Amino acid sequence: MQPEIMTWLTPLPPILSFFLIVLFARRSNRLSHTIAVGAMLISWGLAMAVFFQALAVEHLGEHPFTSSIAWLPTGMTTLHIGVLIDPLSALSLFFVAWTCLAIFVYSVGYHNFGHARDKEDVPGLPPKAGGIEPMYARFFAFISLFAFGMLTLVVSDNLLTLFIGWEIMGLCSYLLIGFWYAKESARKAMVKAFITTRVGDVFMLLGLAYLYTSTGTLSYRAILSEPVLERLAGTPSLIAGLSTAGMIGLLLFFGTVGKSAQWPLHVWLPDAMEGPTPVSAMIHAATMVSAGVYMILRFFPLITAGWHEGQALNPTMWVIAAVGAFTALFAATIALTQNDIKRVLAYSTISQLGYMVAAVGIGAFVAAAFHLVTHAFFKALLFLGSGSVIHGVEHGAHATHDHVDANDMMIMGGLRRKMPITFWTFVAGGLALSGFPLVTAGFWSKDEILGHAYQTGQAWVFGALVLAALLTAFYTARQITLTFLGEPRSKAADHASESVPTMTIPLIVLAVFAVGAGWLGIAEDFPVLGGLLPNWFHAFVGGTLLEEPLGTHFNAVPVLTSIAVALGGLLVGWLVYRKMTHGASDPLVKPLGPLYTIVQHKYYFDELYTFAVVRPAYWFAETFTYRWLDRGVIDGILHSVGRFTLRLGSFLRNAIDLPIINGSGDMVGEGVKRSGRGLRWIQTGRVQFYLVVGLLFAGIVLSYTLAVRP
Amino acid sequence: MIPLSWYLVFAAALFCIGLYGALARRNSVAIIMGIELMLNAVNINLVAFWRYLSPAFIAGQAFAIIVFAVAASEAAVGLALIISIYRRRSTVVAEDIDMLRW
Repeated sequence: MQPEIMTWLTPLPPILSFFLIVLFARRSNRLSHTIAVGAMLISWGLAMAVFFQALAVEHLGEHPFTSSIAWLPTGMTTLHIGVLIDPLSALSLFFVAWTCLAIFVYSVGYHNFGHARDKEDVPGLPPKAGGIEPMYARFFAFISLFAFGMLTLVVSDNLLTLFIGWEIMGLCSYLLIGFWYAKESARKAMVKAFITTRVGDVFMLLGLAYLYTSTGTLSYRAILSEPVLERLAGTPSLIAGLSTAGMIGLLLFFGTVGKSAQWPLHVWLPDAMEGPTPVSAMIHAATMVSAGVYMILRFFPLITAGWHEGQALNPTMWVIAAVGAFTALFAATIALTQNDIKRVLAYSTISQLGYMVAAVGIGAFVAAAFHLVTHAFFKALLFLGSGSVIHGVEHGAHATHDHVDANDMMIMGGLRRKMPITFWTFVAGGLALSGFPLVTAGFWSKDEILGHAYQTGQAWVFGALVLAALLTAFYTARQITLTFLGEPRSKAADHASESVPTMTIPLIVLAVFAVGAGWLGIAEDFPVLGGLLPNWFHAFVGGTLLEEPLGTHFNAVPVLTSIAVALGGLLVGWLVYRKMTHGASDPLVKPLGPLYTIVQHKYYFDELYTFAVVRPAYWFAETFTYRWLDRGVIDGILHSVGRFTLRLGSFLRNAIDLPIINGSGDMVGEGVKRSGRGLRWIQTGRVQFYLVVGLLFAGIVLSYTLAVRP
Repeated sequence: MIPLSWYLVFAAALFCIGLYGALARRNSVAIIMGIELMLNAVNINLVAFWRYLSPAFIAGQAFAIIVFAVAASEAAVGLALIISIYRRRSTVVAEDIDMLRW
């Protein structure tokens, strides 16, 4: 089959699966997960086939697989939809297909397939005692729809279909965060996530419209061609100091800020952990949040239009780099103080996405793409691992009737012996996250970003990212130590058990990638290791851009810094937390003092937004929209229209309908009735009477005829 | 030859007798008989006009024959009705037969 056709087909099985499950397979748990996993498997197969065929093409960046059809004729132009497989999308397809498949399989185990349904469980709440999820089929329908959105986004060749996939994912995110909708917190989180990302999306849509009006097309290849970019970079926009390209880039970047949870729109992601863990893994770590980074990578040429390597950053890049670097550092500090195992990972995700965004901002295209891929693997792994841990602890809590919060790391500990597979895979993911030198994927990708930041001379970016890396290593060590090492700090943790194979196998697969994915991108001039494997990644992904970006040259400073912070952070984290005992407060509380409280409350961003945005919005909605606009103006207009119509109607009734129309109608009836009554006496029923009458008439007629016409 | 006016006078007399019978008699059969008389008075007129005014056309004869046929069928139907009414209501008095009243 042609790769273009396979690319077209790749997103389709999940949407088909969504409809099949929703329409037909809703009642059968086994059937619904078979359809969902089967469809994902087909998509995965197609994605892999496309990926490997793409690998075989030389200079894929110049000769990508493309195919498009006219979709919507709108006025003078036609909107096209199509597919495009260039190195960036091939690579994204690769990691999306793998992580989605892993998560689909994992979900089967996570939702306790194979156990009977517990009578006490109600739809909308997580199963209490290891029974099968009451809304099992619904879950698989939603994640199928989600996978469709992500695959559509990745294979699309234009901004329109990208946006469609983007919004489908927004919807699925909403539905899945609120999957356990009977929980108040889940309902709040779903609304928060949806509205927060919508803020970004509005800006993105503006950028999209701006782009369309300036270029007349939404197709990547048409926009990201040299003449168009030069024109966009040359024309000034409405805001002084920004070219049109920069302005559009900035607007699109706001979409990324929402979707990839960058400061200041990061608040939704941690709350999104209310959803089931596979959802956290899939949406809020591996795929959906990657979509934001994917998009700015896609529009890297637009953002950097007019900029050449070695020059000062243009304003758009500066904003992106600043937001990314700040987010990376800011989220990492919050992650230090969280006790919920999933929230640590959520902040870590925000922080790592900040890395990628910062990398894009300083022009490190390949490094950002590289980190995107490795992060998707190790963060999916970590999330699934944490889900496995929670599952195990819940199991223990149920077995011992120990009522604890199964997400709280403070009550865990010692799980390495209870859950060895989860432990080792989690360690692999954790080391990758903290950038454990030489072995793990995270090291190579993070190192490349740091190297680039150092090389481009952006000391502040470099500094922030190094500090973030140190904190990352520290909180990772904290997490692993608190969760797996030491002695169990509760009965629940003591009785935790390893998860089922459908959960552990995806962990092992992802662990392989979390470690191995980095070896494809080792810089050529890295001492000893460089050159053992060709720097395939740089050559492949770099080809996406029109002019191949320069490779980062090996520089001892960033590499040694990176190694030092990773190892140092891990060591310090382990030292601080290894003596943790049950009930003791976090060792960081004392030295940090009030700062700890501030950080633990996430710098009071939620409170700030509640105060500055949510309350005014409520007030505005209540006072202005509801009272004044709705009740006053709109209802007033409606009521007066109603009253006027009523008056008009009653006038017409009294003046026209009753006297004229009714009157004439009645008159016909009355007249006939009266004349009938008048003539009634003639009808005697006697033959001879009739004859006499007839004779009289005949006589009258006769005499008339004779008299008038003699 | 007998003048036409004699025939007409005779026919008129016959018609008046028939009319009087039809209007004045109480017996339905007698009413029918009166009607027959009136019809035949017309017949006499028709034939007389034909013979005296336009002997070349047979329209008068044809009319008279048609009137015969109608009179015969009318008598047949009328008598049958009267018999039927008599069977039901044991009367042939026209005044009592007022079922057609409103």
